[in-house]
Amino acid sequence: MVKEIKTQDFKTEVIGGSKPALVDFWASWCGPCRMLSPVVDKVSEQYDGVDFYKVNVDEEPDLAMEYGIMSIPCLIMFKDGKIFDQSVGVVPEAALKAFVEKAL
Amino acid sequence: MKDLIIAGSGPAGLSAAVYASNAMLDFAVIEKFPMSGGQILNTYDINNYLGFESTDGFTLGQTFRNHAEKAGAEFINDEITAIEKIDGGYRVACTMGEYFAKTVIFALGATPRKLGVKGEARLTGRGVSYCATCDGSFFKGRATAVVGGGDVALEDALYLANICSEVYLIHRRDELRGAKYLQDRVFKNEKIKLILSDELDEILGENKVEGLRLKSGKTFTVDGVFIAVGTEAQSGLLDGLVEMKNGFIVADESGITSADGIFVAGDVRTKRLRQVSTAVSDGANAVYSVEEYLNQI
Repeated sequence: MVKEIKTQDFKTEVIGGSKPALVDFWASWCGPCRMLSPVVDKVSEQYDGVDFYKVNVDEEPDLAMEYGIMSIPCLIMFKDGKIFDQSVGVVPEAALKAFVEKAL
Repeated sequence: MKDLIIAGSGPAGLSAAVYASNAMLDFAVIEKFPMSGGQILNTYDINNYLGFESTDGFTLGQTFRNHAEKAGAEFINDEITAIEKIDGGYRVACTMGEYFAKTVIFALGATPRKLGVKGEARLTGRGVSYCATCDGSFFKGRATAVVGGGDVALEDALYLANICSEVYLIHRRDELRGAKYLQDRVFKNEKIKLILSDELDEILGENKVEGLRLKSGKTFTVDGVFIAVGTEAQSGLLDGLVEMKNGFIVADESGITSADGIFVAGDVRTKRLRQVSTAVSDGANAVYSVEEYLNQI
């Protein structure tokens, strides 16, 4: 499952979470984001060891600004409270799994 | 073994899927992402596809896909890694599975071309973008540049002019190439500053785009640069299997390639005009050729 996350919950849930957390920065008007979302949904069902979140950059511009998002879709993997890895653009399922597994 | 594998789910592949359903072929569409449309997904305004006075690429792509799904097309989400000739057809190898068919309609289209200038790769996602509709809003009220002179570059510049403080449109030729009505809108837009007969030399900036330097030596400050210098055919999977010209697969409107059983449709084919309408037409033609071929073998 991919959880929609708001700015006020980001620090406790994503940064302070016990598991690595993948965050999908997206927007409704971004075609490639809407290509990637169902792939993230599918992959999220296959890993218990990672939490999956999405941030709507329209609704949460502060988060997008804080993480320097200038191109979406953008995936950021957080681990131990820090940015572990980052990926810009659409990625196919196999590449997304590899991205997730690196953080495990 | 299936009758047909359609590779790609842009307008050409989806049109082929509708015609293949009507022809009652045993077929599947292989697509990299569970979302169809191809390049039009990044287009915010489409006004030249008959029946749709004004729509956006995402909506049109979804409309096409719904049509193909309702017609009964089977979609496989996987990335094709190789296509090989086997006895009686082709093996289509993917990241997660493999599929066999007597014929293949190759409709993988094209992807945005990179410019290959210094700073481009390093600053991609940090101010360098290939999708104005995706990333334009991160540059609200700021200066940006668009590189290119074709339809996409002009559309991008017009889109960004709604959002940004100013937009430099940089094109290496002395005149623009895009559709006349787009040129007209660009010329009339006060926020768009044309720079013709000059080329980008380097994208400047440490951790994000801070400016540009042109071949003429001119430099200026921008926060974002959008690259729209045409597309590259996605034909690599057929290297050595079919005849190609400049990366495009050689075929006339029949879609018949130099390899028996491989047909081509859409932007990846050698053709004069690459549009949604011509891709849709290609899909129909390719299935017609597939049917003829299947009747002969």
